[in-house]
Amino acid sequence: MVVRVQVEDFDVGGELDAIARGNPRIGAITSFVGLVRDMHVKEGYHRDAVKALTLEHWPGVTDKALADIEAEAHRRWSLDASLIVHRYGRLEPGERIVLVVAASPHRDDAFDACRFLIDWLKTKAPFWKVEDTPSGEKWVAAHGDDDAAAKKWEP
Amino acid sequence: MKVRYFAWIRQKVGVAEEEVSPPADVRTIQDLLDWLARTSPRHAEAFSEAKVFGAALDQAIMPLDTPIGAAREVAFFPPFTGGL
Repeated sequence: MVVRVQVEDFDVGGELDAIARGNPRIGAITSFVGLVRDMHVKEGYHRDAVKALTLEHWPGVTDKALADIEAEAHRRWSLDASLIVHRYGRLEPGERIVLVVAASPHRDDAFDACRFLIDWLKTKAPFWKVEDTPSGEKWVAAHGDDDAAAKKWEP
Repeated sequence: MKVRYFAWIRQKVGVAEEEVSPPADVRTIQDLLDWLARTSPRHAEAFSEAKVFGAALDQAIMPLDTPIGAAREVAFFPPFTGGL
């Protein structure tokens, strides 16, 4: 179980190799990579071009929240390893924001745990996004479908 | 007691944190919210959307009806928007 909150970019291939290395029990690794989009596509909010976004978090609390989410995934599924890397600071369209990895002997646990990790992370870890648009800064609102995605994992 | 604000709440209030001394009848986080909203026009504006606020007592997330008790720090924040 590893959690990192950092400004720097990450190397997806390198992270996946590092997870598999030295653990022959792992037969399946799933990963999810979130990127900055250049357009806010949610209907009913705004459609300005996004020049960049800045992610703010709560140092100290974020790491613990992410570790709790990972621990919950390990309780629910048979995982040999997991990783969450979340960036903060200013990010431009196309840049990577978040990496979630789940590794297991079998693919079902890896797929389900990976989906769970990103769904819960979105609603349970203290990150906030503000978009830099031609008409000024706009704080990103939470979306009901994110809550719904997280809720389907409630016990 | 220290109060901390995050994201747009911080921008609207104008400070990241402040020391406050609420009266004794401020028992719960919601009571504190209501009291803070009356301390300045900036607070009133920021707190007009308080129905969406999350809160934490000494860095542990708690429902708004939680008694503040001996907590030394109360934090207010908008819904989280991490991930992609």
